Parts: sequence; C-alpha cells; structure tokens
Amino acid sequence: MTTFEAILLTIVTASTPLLIAALGELVTERSGVLNLGVEGMMAMGAACSFAAAVSFDSTLVGVLAGMTAGALMAALFALAVLGFAANQVGSGLALTIFGLGLSGLIGAPFVGARRDPVAPVDIPGLSDIPYIGRLFFEQDLFVYASFALTILIALYLTRTRSGLTLRSIGENHTSANALGLPVLRVRFLAILFGGACAGLAGAYLALVYTRFWSPGMTAGRGWIALALVVFAAWRPGWLLIGAYIFGAATVLQLHAQAAQFGVPSQVLSAVPYLATILALLLLSLRHGRAVGAPGSLGTPFVPDR
Amino acid sequence: MRFELMPRTSVSPVARALAPVVAFIISFLIAGFVIWLMGRSPIAAFDVYVLQPLSDPWSLQELLVKATPMALIAIGLSYCFRANLWNIGAEGQYVMGAVLGGWLALNTHGTEAGFWVLPLMLTLGIIGGALYGLIPAFLKTRFGVNEILTSLMLVYVAQLALDYLVRGPWRDPKGFNFPQSVTFDPSATLPPILESGRVHYGFVFAVIAVLVTAVILGRTLFGYRLKLTGDAPRAARFAGFNSSATTMTVFAVSGGLAGLAGISEVSGQIGQLQPSISPGYGFTAITVAFLGRLNPLGILVAALVVALTFIGGESAQILLKLPLDLTQAFQGILLLCVLAADALVSYRIRLVTRGGGK
Repeated sequence: MTTFEAILLTIVTASTPLLIAALGELVTERSGVLNLGVEGMMAMGAACSFAAAVSFDSTLVGVLAGMTAGALMAALFALAVLGFAANQVGSGLALTIFGLGLSGLIGAPFVGARRDPVAPVDIPGLSDIPYIGRLFFEQDLFVYASFALTILIALYLTRTRSGLTLRSIGENHTSANALGLPVLRVRFLAILFGGACAGLAGAYLALVYTRFWSPGMTAGRGWIALALVVFAAWRPGWLLIGAYIFGAATVLQLHAQAAQFGVPSQVLSAVPYLATILALLLLSLRHGRAVGAPGSLGTPFVPDR
Repeated sequence: MRFELMPRTSVSPVARALAPVVAFIISFLIAGFVIWLMGRSPIAAFDVYVLQPLSDPWSLQELLVKATPMALIAIGLSYCFRANLWNIGAEGQYVMGAVLGGWLALNTHGTEAGFWVLPLMLTLGIIGGALYGLIPAFLKTRFGVNEILTSLMLVYVAQLALDYLVRGPWRDPKGFNFPQSVTFDPSATLPPILESGRVHYGFVFAVIAVLVTAVILGRTLFGYRLKLTGDAPRAARFAGFNSSATTMTVFAVSGGLAGLAGISEVSGQIGQLQPSISPGYGFTAITVAFLGRLNPLGILVAALVVALTFIGGESAQILLKLPLDLTQAFQGILLLCVLAADALVSYRIRLVTRGGGK
C-alpha cells in the first residue's frame, strides 16, 4: 500500500462518523425537530460502546450499547421538546452538556484500555477494482453501513409514503396535524433514529477510529455533523459529499501537522472549524438564506384543539 | 390514555417565579439518585455539595469569585436570548477578552506603567469579546449564516489561539518551559474588594451589569424593542425596528460582557495567561441565564446557585472521590429541567383518556 493510498484510507475513516451522525440528524431535522445534542449523544455513544466492548470483549455488544445510549439520550430530549414543548435549541444544548459530563463518568474506569482493530471485510470482486477497490471495498462494516444508510435514507425520504409523511410534518406541522398525521409520534421516532445514529457514530470513533476512550474525544464532531446537514441543504446525497470533504480536510490537516511546515499546529487544528464557517458562508452566498430547511424546523408543536 | 399540552389562558406570576425552584429540586433528586446508583450516600453528597460550602467563610468568598464570570456572561446572553438570538459562543468571547486585555498586561510588564494600565486592560477585554461576538452577528445579518453554529465553532478557534500564544510567543521565558505567561504586574492586577479578601472587583462589575440591565430592559425603548423582536418578529418589523441593528447590538453587548468576565478572571483571579482559563463558564452561563429566567436579578441569584455546584463538585472530588464530570452532567440536567418547567408555566398537562378528550 502506498502512502497516498494510506492517506485516502484514513480519509474514509475520518469521514464515516461524520456521515453517520449527520444522516441521523438529517432525518430528525426533516421531521421538523432541531436536536443540537448530537455532540452529547455521540460522546455517550463512544463512552458506552467502549465500556461495553471492553467489558464483554465484543465489538458487536459495544456497537449495540453505543446505539442504545444514543437513543436513550435522544428519548430524554424528546421528553423535553415533545412532552413539555420545551425550547429545542436550549434543550439540545442541555443534552450536549449533560452527555459530555455523563460520558466522562461512564468512561472514567476505562481510561487507558485499548481495543484491537476491527477486521476489514473484503468484498470479493469489487475490491480488485484498481485504485478505488481497496479504498472502498476492503473496509470495516461501519463504512459499508454508512453508504447503505445514505442510500436507504434517500430512498425512504423520496420514495416511500412514510417518508412523505415525515417530510410533510417537518414542512408544516399544523397542516399535517389537520390531515390527521401523527405529528408527535413521527417526531419521536425520528428523534430516536437520530440518537441511535449519533450513538453509532460515537461507537465508531471509540472502537475503530481511536480504539481507546478519552474524555472529550468527540472534539466538536457532533457540531460539525450539524453544520453538514445545513451544508447539504437537508439532502442525503450532498451529505455524503460534504462529509468526505470534511473528512479529507481533517486528515490533510493532521498530515500537515506531522510534516511540520513551520505553521503552528494550533493553526492547522483550527482548520476544520474555520472550514465549517467558510462552508456555511459560501452556501449562504450562493443561495441566500438556509436553502431546503424544513418549514417547521425548531418550532415546538402544540395542537390547538 | 395519554397526556396532552394545553395552552394556559393566564399565566400566574407565582408559577413563573417558582418554576426554576421546582426544576432545581427535581434535578437535585435526579442527581441524588445517580449518586445512589454509584454506590455513595446521597445525604453525604448533599452535605458536601451544599451545606459545607455554605457554612464555611472561605467557601462563601469562593462562591462569589466563581459566580462573578458566570453572572457577567449570563447577563450578556440574556440580551441575545430575549431577542431569540442564540449566541452559544460566549466561551470564545471570554477567551478573546482575556487575550486582548492580557496583551496589554504582558506588554507593560516590568515597565513603570501607572494606574492607567488596569482600566485600559478592562476596556480592551470588553472590545476583544465584543469584536469576537460581532463575527457571528455580522455573518448572520449580512449573509444569513446561522449564528448557532458559527458562534460555537469560534469557541474552538479562540481556545486554539490562546493555546498557541501561551505555548509560543507569550510564554514566560523563565517559566521552566511551562505553557504560561509571566505573572501580571500589580498595576495590571484587579485588586480584591476587601484587602484581606479574595473577591475581586469583577463582582462589582457583575452587580453594575445587573442594575444597568434591569433599567435598560424595564425602562427604555431598546429594552422594549428587544422583547418585541424576540416575541413577535413580524410585529417588530412593521413597527420599523431594524432587526439587523438589534442583532449586532446584542451580540456586541454579550460578547463585551463575556470579554470583561474573561479579563477580570485572568487579572483578578488567575494572575497570568495559561492554556485553560475557564472550567466552561461560557457554556454554564447558558444554564445560568435560563435558571434566572433571563431576569437580571434572577441571573445573579442563579449564578450563585450554580457556583455552588462548582465548589461542591471540587470538594466532592476530594472528599467523596466523585468525579468533576458529575457536576457538568448535573448542570445539563438542570438546564433541561428548567426549560421543561418553563414550558409548564405556559401550558398545562391534560390527561386524555381513550374515547374522551378532543
């Protein structure tokens, strides 16, 4: 494997958690709910998956634990914003603060532990394609899952009745409710899905990307996933592209740090955050205000009789 | 059988005032339960977290010291939140205030500079925070970029900038390679209010900010405009209120107050610049602002209450071996409870039995 191939390989690894978390948030937001707690759910997913994987010595148990943790956190958020019609921005922030704290508690006994790498799964035939073969078809199952998820969500949103229901609730919850659509139930499920995805993304970080647990290891990836949803104009296909651009920026930044160009490492570390701001700015410059945002995004729904 | 929310026709002021108190009690019960799950005594924890700090004069001073930055930041945030603008990057504005103010302190270090250093430092702190806060405001008003994400991303950038400065150009050459600046001169140090005490003048600034804000919100056209922009943006536009100007103003105010908090903390409490100058005051201030119901006096009380959880958290770490993360988890649950309780003030829960209701 050449160095160039190795770099490309790490780009896939860096992009996958962003893609998975952002896909979950995309579905949540399409139903009209803004969950700013991605960072907290991701941190919980990472801590719980790592704790479970080490305790039971099983990656599968770890992944399930991470997804469950993310979904439970999301359920807590749903209780506040759907059950009590609480402010979504504030509740999402609270979820992030809570998740970062609680993940520290859960992960503390596992600091210093390490997991073995997850074995890649070779897809016969496809992995022999020159250049892209080894890159995309000799990966771990998470990567395949992230691609499958992108396609499935795109199909679900545009080609199924249930997806149409979800989108119409996101566009205008008052009309949807008048049509007899179960606004709160659909939103609850969408929030849970988003949480499970964030948990899965966290599990990927802890079990594949770093293979250890450290407090604050999500390092703002949950927030970047949120920005990606805006950047992708709430479309799964664009999300895939956006996640890989960001993954590439992160990896190249790391390699630039290692190469020591004489640029302070902090400047390079700031690149992903500055790139996020720049991406949002360019998007607004091209299209004007938030293109493709669901109409009811962020507003609580209370049926007026 | 299910629950349904019904808008209340009238909102009782008593319920409005009691909601945060109820939320606080509920979060305490949840925290107690978690501590019990961790195999510790919730009663011993309550003693360490609440009773001991309140019965010890040293901790009482520490309470004011910790409440100062949170009160200052939260007062600023209340301007934004009232106008329904989400500045969640106060932590970065705090850091930038400390950086710009600290720059003057380091440049006058060892010179015979006089009394003017401190006031100029504080002013620079305000300017640093305000300018940094204006970045997301400008991007929002000029280009329509969402302020939540930009203000947050700038927090990471500010922390990295501070990290670079104290490890690089601003590092104390005689500091045995520790990543920290020189200790500020007495002329650049915010003095304590009482000569023997620990509470510095930052607390006075916080009290002034509370009083000025109370007047602005209650008695001026600007205060009214702020409320209208948040509650009824369409009406505010029809009334001819410029929402862009409001956005820029509230971000500058909240950034400036966060910057003042940053430079006060560095100059009055820490005494030098170092990679970490805040245990997350900028984020905790969001909880403080809502716990105080965005009311200036309420925020001051809320800051003291939340400061208690920081001090209690520190002693619980030593005495009960409970990790500091528990404090952060508690603050998150507290904010969630406060927001839910807020909603219960404007809605009542109705039990809908199957077949009945509607």
